[in-house]
Amino acid sequence: MTPIATSRSTAGLPTGTLGVWWLLASEIVIFGGVLCSYIMHRLSHDWWAVEAANTNVYIGLWNTFVLLTSSLFAVLAHSAAQQGDGKLAARRLWYTIGGGAVFLITKGFEWRMEISHGMTISSSSFWSFYYTAAGIHASHVIAGMIAMAVVAMDAAKGKFLHRVENAGIYWHFVDLVWIFLFPLLYIAK
Amino acid sequence: MAHAVDHAPAHDDAHGHHEQSFFMTYLWSTDHKMIAKQYMFTGMFMALIGGFFAYAFRMQNAFPGMHVPGFGMVTPSDYNMLVTNHGTIMIFWVAMPVLVAAFGNFLIPLMVGCDDMVFPKLNRLSYQIFLLSAIVLIAGFFVPGGGFGGAWTAYPPLSAVGNYNLTPAGSTFWVLAVALEFVAFLLGGINFITTSMNSRAPGMKLYDIPIVVWTIVIASILFMCSVGPLIAGAIMLLFDQNLGTGFFNPAMGGDPVLWQHLFWFFGHPEVYVVLLPTLGMVAEIICVFARKKLFAYQTVLYTMFGTGILSFTVWAHHQFISGIDPRMANVFTITTLLISVPIAEMLFVYIATLYKGSITLSTPMLWALGFIATFLIGGVTGIYLGTAGSDVYFHDTYFVLAHFHYTFFPIAIIGTFAGVTHWFPKMFGRMLDETLGKLHFWLTIIPFNCIFIPLFFLGLWGEHRRIYSYELFDELWKYQGIRQFATVSLLVMLAAQVIFIFNFFKSLRSGAIASPNPYNANTLEWQCPSPPPHGNFAELPTVYRGPYEYSHPDRKEDFWPQNSPA
Repeated sequence: MTPIATSRSTAGLPTGTLGVWWLLASEIVIFGGVLCSYIMHRLSHDWWAVEAANTNVYIGLWNTFVLLTSSLFAVLAHSAAQQGDGKLAARRLWYTIGGGAVFLITKGFEWRMEISHGMTISSSSFWSFYYTAAGIHASHVIAGMIAMAVVAMDAAKGKFLHRVENAGIYWHFVDLVWIFLFPLLYIAK
Repeated sequence: MAHAVDHAPAHDDAHGHHEQSFFMTYLWSTDHKMIAKQYMFTGMFMALIGGFFAYAFRMQNAFPGMHVPGFGMVTPSDYNMLVTNHGTIMIFWVAMPVLVAAFGNFLIPLMVGCDDMVFPKLNRLSYQIFLLSAIVLIAGFFVPGGGFGGAWTAYPPLSAVGNYNLTPAGSTFWVLAVALEFVAFLLGGINFITTSMNSRAPGMKLYDIPIVVWTIVIASILFMCSVGPLIAGAIMLLFDQNLGTGFFNPAMGGDPVLWQHLFWFFGHPEVYVVLLPTLGMVAEIICVFARKKLFAYQTVLYTMFGTGILSFTVWAHHQFISGIDPRMANVFTITTLLISVPIAEMLFVYIATLYKGSITLSTPMLWALGFIATFLIGGVTGIYLGTAGSDVYFHDTYFVLAHFHYTFFPIAIIGTFAGVTHWFPKMFGRMLDETLGKLHFWLTIIPFNCIFIPLFFLGLWGEHRRIYSYELFDELWKYQGIRQFATVSLLVMLAAQVIFIFNFFKSLRSGAIASPNPYNANTLEWQCPSPPPHGNFAELPTVYRGPYEYSHPDRKEDFWPQNSPA
């Protein structure tokens, strides 16, 4: 019983796509708040450089590579969906989800290593930011994976193929946030 | 709510709707009108709690140490809890759900001429999360230590350290509830914006959208763009309280002023988030009851957008005494004074719309005019507080308190009454009693002024807010008679609300049956049955003209519905 309102398109964009863009608008300011707070603190706390030196650039780089590759599969899934090939789109979405899983597993090992070296969320304000910012991002990775799994299962049956694009838009956003987090948390020593 | 079975049969067949169970109709509904009512009744229930809290702490304030009937002794920590949660409830659980969510849900699909919101299930989820947030907030009053008592602005370190606020569990519940509530309104806002952008009736161009739809959409955009930092801040505060992080703790390299920035970056646009829907509703009511076209529709629209953008640049005027750089204080003084210009312009627009109109002083019109008069005082006193020099003196006094009650009371309470009395026939299919409505208006507006005008003077004389008892302050204790006058006025005002509740439920059961368009209004919500059935319109309308074509010289009738061809 979808209302007629859902199928209208006065603005010229599909309703679902428009909704996802507004969702992203609200997410941008959440991460914007965290990152601006982080940057302001970073500028006024020179000693954060000492703490930041403990983060592992290579792990961060590997995770950046994993996420970017997963985004590539999201794009490929979109192009498959555009050609109406639901099965292929679903398979490519599962590759994207796999990328998210590798990212999270890597993150888990990384955090475990850091925590075992005594760098926990309550060690100092730098580590509070480090774990909180990456943690909020990781929760978005998980949400994106769940959303894509739902979309992929439908797409495999040839249903709701237009949703593949929307899931992809969201995943690119998750990716983009990491592109900001990586230099701020890992590279800026 | 006997209308649930009033579905037009022809329409039901066309869309395959069928009779739904009580559970599906009232608790699991995706119908925008039902969700609007859920938001409205939840908001009104929360208003009763917020009003009761105000009663309890004002009684302690006026008669220290007395056994307050219905509450008992108000201890100092009770007092903190009451003032904190009065503010929180009235802003986040009354103004937001009723003004933005209830009227947004009810009016947007009807006014833009479609059958529902674009994402009905998201809409239902939004209400359910909101209800959960209200339950979490109320549950927080009953945990060991009692409800949060660190003021509704929750400044750390007071809010972050259990040893300071003495309500460690209550403060965690409070932060959680606020964060959940924000998520609920984000979901609702996405729906409002997308529906208004994408699902307008054929022929409805941007300048044909009724102003109240615009204002709710702009309010949703403002909310969406401002609340993120505070959601992030709420997570940080939650972690500071429970995980020992150091975001707001200077000993660990954090900064308590960071919270103030995150809070007010949201907190100030929030004023406009709730103000704009009320401004929109007042515009609709004035046009209908003055039988005139809204003065300068396009200018109003640009003014609203301008206000929205400016509202992001004023937040630090709440922090003039928090140790910010005096040069920054200058900048924020200028932006704050600038934002009074568009708001003053809006009030002039209303007066210009009324000018030479054919005015009917119905209950909704009285509320609309009452809004203009009282909000004006709120706006003018804000200028003293937005100026850094005078704010240093006025900060945290009763002058501030009276100022924001003169803004928020017109916005949240008067705005709600204006909207409810105006759209009641459409919502429930029956007319409200006009005599009781007018009695309620006068018995609310007069005591309201009697409460807060004296408080302005108390503030000018140096009375600091959030003080449990003034007995020990010799230079302030002599004003106790004024405090008692304000409290007695509050009692009168609260008692008058019984009239409204009585009128509401009496009219719901036995009011005169409302015709589809009892006020001869133009906008689309009046062109469908009262109350609208599931699916709203028997045939979805097409729009031919703007919403305010009243008293058109070429026509015999003084109104010209948006959907009537030629």
